[in-house]
Amino acid sequence: MSSLLPKETSTAGRSGTTVEAHSLLTTANVRAATVVPDRSTDAIPVPAPKSGVAAHGWRRVIPYLLATPYALVLLLFLVVPIGLIVTISFWQYSSFVMKPAFVLDNYLLVFSPVYLKTYLNTFRFAAMVWALALLIGFPVAYFLAFEVQSARMRTALFLFCTVPFLTSNIIRSISWIPFLGRQGLLNSALIGVGVVAEPLDIFLFSDVSVVLSMVHLYTLFMVAPIFNTMMRIDHSLLEAARDAGASEWGVIREVVIPLSLPGITIGTIFVIALTLGDYSTVRLMSGGQASSAGLAISNMINSLQYPPAAANAVVLLIVTLTVVGVLLRFVDIRKEL
Amino acid sequence: MRRRSKLFWPLALFFALFLLFLYGPISTIVVLSFQGEQGGLTFPMNGVSTHWFYALFQQQRVGDFKGSFLRSLGLGFIVMSIGVTFGLMVGQAYRYRFKGATLLFYLSIASLIVPNILVSLGIGVLFDRMGWPLAWYTSGLGAHLTWTLPFALLIMLAIFNRFNRSYEEAARDLGANEFVTFWEIVLPIILPSLVGVGLFGFTMSYDEFARSALVMGEFNTLPLEIYAMTTNVTSPALYALGTLTTLFSFLMIALFLVVSRRLQRRAGALTTATAATEE
Repeated sequence: MSSLLPKETSTAGRSGTTVEAHSLLTTANVRAATVVPDRSTDAIPVPAPKSGVAAHGWRRVIPYLLATPYALVLLLFLVVPIGLIVTISFWQYSSFVMKPAFVLDNYLLVFSPVYLKTYLNTFRFAAMVWALALLIGFPVAYFLAFEVQSARMRTALFLFCTVPFLTSNIIRSISWIPFLGRQGLLNSALIGVGVVAEPLDIFLFSDVSVVLSMVHLYTLFMVAPIFNTMMRIDHSLLEAARDAGASEWGVIREVVIPLSLPGITIGTIFVIALTLGDYSTVRLMSGGQASSAGLAISNMINSLQYPPAAANAVVLLIVTLTVVGVLLRFVDIRKEL
Repeated sequence: MRRRSKLFWPLALFFALFLLFLYGPISTIVVLSFQGEQGGLTFPMNGVSTHWFYALFQQQRVGDFKGSFLRSLGLGFIVMSIGVTFGLMVGQAYRYRFKGATLLFYLSIASLIVPNILVSLGIGVLFDRMGWPLAWYTSGLGAHLTWTLPFALLIMLAIFNRFNRSYEEAARDLGANEFVTFWEIVLPIILPSLVGVGLFGFTMSYDEFARSALVMGEFNTLPLEIYAMTTNVTSPALYALGTLTTLFSFLMIALFLVVSRRLQRRAGALTTATAATEE
């Protein structure tokens, strides 16, 4: 029945969409209706239970028991540590000794011009990496989801994209060195072609190498959610748009992009959060030429300035959570999984 | 089937370039790790040798490669086991309704998006305040779990979103209780995907650097060792190590894929058999 509906919509055009929306509603209702008696049969098993009340009580605690180990790990290694960082950010410190107190000195440091510049730089990196990841990730996901016809081939190609992501970030970063360096492949090629006479220094240990490396590391976080959302788009919707006379680009603009927005949003959340918090790539690939908020925190920790590091970390956390919080308003991640 | 669109070939080319972008740099590393004894960190190749691979195994020259590899391996397997069991349990919990489910879900998302340095610093401070010594199997393990466990939950939710409940219901109708249904029906069907959870857990832990930086204590894991090498080793030995550890990652991925495929075939046989008996 449901497999017949999309065909109907493709010929019926505009009114067809309402038919489909209506049918979706009714299936949802039917599902809701079937769920209710289903749950009651769960609670009272058909073979008459010897201890019905006990079984019922037992069933109610099961999910709590199952979720407890997971929740405890997050409590001990995420919630408590962040609580401690917030606490320490208000502590006093002098000559490497910190003392419990409630002072705002550490925060004043964060809002000094030097650190504001660092934050601006962090946002700049995040914006560039995000834009590039989207420009690369969307066509890649589109190709996999709509242009590759065989399901087997699609899985294989998607796997090909995923494998590098499962290898070391550090190795993947330093693997750009022989390509971008003074005597690297890129400079050799440019000299060979005759574009430049002398090798250029701008590629390695610069903003270029930082952004390139981050795009290399994080683009998959954009590809995977967009691909996942696109795989749910009913192909007959695209057919319908084509039948109605839309060009390839028109189909993408009017149908694919709007329906892929949840995936794009999830990808954006991951890419922005990862670049905002990054410190190792910036250190490794900028050669000390650039800074980011994460790297500034890392440098403070290395010089044992824990309270200012903590204050900086709290600010970075608030910035990240605000950005992600805004983005989460546009998408229900649980529904998209 | 409709004919290929006008966009097929341009997009195929774009995709090929993307793969080149992903795999190109690592290929140069692999080639350069066979650099001759007199060769440096960049092209041209100064002869071909396996000199730099031998150099790795002499501890005093480039650091404790063997020890750190074994620690990373051990930690990877611990993280994987915890990820699979806790992930399966919490995934199962989300199939019921429970108070705090939404909070726990958003806490998991938060765990993935908090800046890495924050997790590392926070756990470091916690252990310092409590007087617990830092070690890869305590504080290090915890730091890795904040990164791998939420992914395990997301994958489990995705698996159960696609799970066909009628197999379970059939088992219950035939009189199976909760545990038997789970053990005999649910688990075999989701097992191939569970291998994926394991693969993610292992490889993410094996390569984790950013959250580990401050919490591994006295002995480094492999990524920390490699990171230290980038500042003080300026020979192709660094590339040789990169080649070996990447090769190891590839082998693990291949192993998991083979196991997953095997299980998938078995699960497929199981569900088709059930479908056949239903008819």
